[in-house]
Amino acid sequence: MELAPVVDLVRDAVTGFLQSLGLPAFVIDMVLALISASLIAGFMAVLALAFVWVERKVSAHIQNRLGPMRVGWHGVLQTLADALKLLQKEDIRPAAADRWIWWWAPAVSFIAVFAAFIAVPFGEGLVVRDFNIGVIYIVAITTFGVISMLMAGWGSNNKYSLLGGFRSAAQVVSYEVPMILAILSVVMVAGSLSMMSIVQAQEGTMLGFIPNWFIFRHFPFGLIAFIVFMIAGTAETNRTPFDLPEAESELVAGFATEYSGMKYAMFYLAEYSAMYVMAAMGTVLFLGGWHGPFLPSWLWFAAKTVLLVCVLIWFRWTFPRLRVDQLMELSWKFLIPVAFINLLAVGLWSVL
Amino acid sequence: MTGESLAFYGLAFMLVGASILAVSVRNVFHAAMYLILALFAVAGYFVLLNAEFLAAVQVLIYVGAVAVLVIFAVMLTTRLTDARVRAHNEQVGAGLVVAVAMFLAIVMAMWSTSWPISDAAPAVDNVRTLGRMLMTRFVLPFEIASVLLLAAMIGAIVIAAKETGPPQSEEST
Repeated sequence: MELAPVVDLVRDAVTGFLQSLGLPAFVIDMVLALISASLIAGFMAVLALAFVWVERKVSAHIQNRLGPMRVGWHGVLQTLADALKLLQKEDIRPAAADRWIWWWAPAVSFIAVFAAFIAVPFGEGLVVRDFNIGVIYIVAITTFGVISMLMAGWGSNNKYSLLGGFRSAAQVVSYEVPMILAILSVVMVAGSLSMMSIVQAQEGTMLGFIPNWFIFRHFPFGLIAFIVFMIAGTAETNRTPFDLPEAESELVAGFATEYSGMKYAMFYLAEYSAMYVMAAMGTVLFLGGWHGPFLPSWLWFAAKTVLLVCVLIWFRWTFPRLRVDQLMELSWKFLIPVAFINLLAVGLWSVL
Repeated sequence: MTGESLAFYGLAFMLVGASILAVSVRNVFHAAMYLILALFAVAGYFVLLNAEFLAAVQVLIYVGAVAVLVIFAVMLTTRLTDARVRAHNEQVGAGLVVAVAMFLAIVMAMWSTSWPISDAAPAVDNVRTLGRMLMTRFVLPFEIASVLLLAAMIGAIVIAAKETGPPQSEEST
């Protein structure tokens, strides 16, 4: 069953009710925005809880372990219990920390990812707002994540935090370039920056059976763009093999060293939600978004994003961490040239 | 009062306040944070003017790249425990004169300009229009800007690169 008509129905009902109260138009818009925001915040919280559990289970099975088994069926309630534990913890602020910077860092990291969710099309017609610059919007707003890491690193007044902040800034700024280049090759073919239009451009099949997704288009250049995107996306979300900002064997917990309780949980929430945003972008740009046979669109979208999240988890538990110099070399000497050549090839293919 | 004017005055308050704080606070890191807030408020104005692409690029370049580098420099140059530095020097008087003169010039320019209001509806898909204009009518300035940026990039690499001397062993770096 498609969800979009139901959502439209509810929205019209709420709008009608607010109009009957005689409120001005912009107040109604704000109330609707607030409702959407609360829905997304709730969705993010559930998503992060679920993904932490999935990550622990998948990693455990990769290593031939069982993972959490005690709380609930196969430990499904484990992350809920952990979150409750974190909620009750004392909020310790280091005496020498910069109070405001330290306080705002987890909030900014959450807001950055939260704002990105606005442009994610969860199904056909199921998007909070379809910006005509959707892709660039997501890339731009998630850069606040870097700022939050730098804030946490500097505000904590701790050398490990500071080093973590440095590493994350250098890493994210470097990997943004190949990621945007990979995105650009898709945008060029789709002829639009809107998430909805990009998905609509991937409708139908080639030769009758291959889905018309960008990963299969202009073979092999679509596939190369997808691989570059996934590598850069893993680095952007600070996950192994690119988890140098929080490398536990070197930097304790990197920029999050001094955080405890709910603030630490906020970083965690933002990290896992960012992973989902990355998977959603990969789905929209390369895997045809909500397109697929038989099942409703939102289910297809959910299935594809969860698949990509599982790929990210699989990366994390299979590859060893890179060194800082290897990290920079991979981005500047390998990914960026490959992405540029790929962009050129896609452009030539489209013109010819 | 409409939502638009509410947003306008809210952003104006944010922009002016953040800009003043960015140049007046004594903590360099805080100044950088206020600078980011001010740049973000400018992006908000672009959104109000239906220039979403400019807004996104403003955030992407100024917050994502320029501000990060500014913070990087701040973190490398100041001591962690004592981040307070002098925000003024002996030239505060001269700077004030220049600032006031600049302000008066802008105000005069604003007064002497008539602000025509177009009846045309705002462009819906202005990214497309923008791209087409850059590739046709303004292709020369666009290319000149690209070459200039490329030259700046190569210049930065040349300045940052180590002096080429006898080959060193890998361990020493």
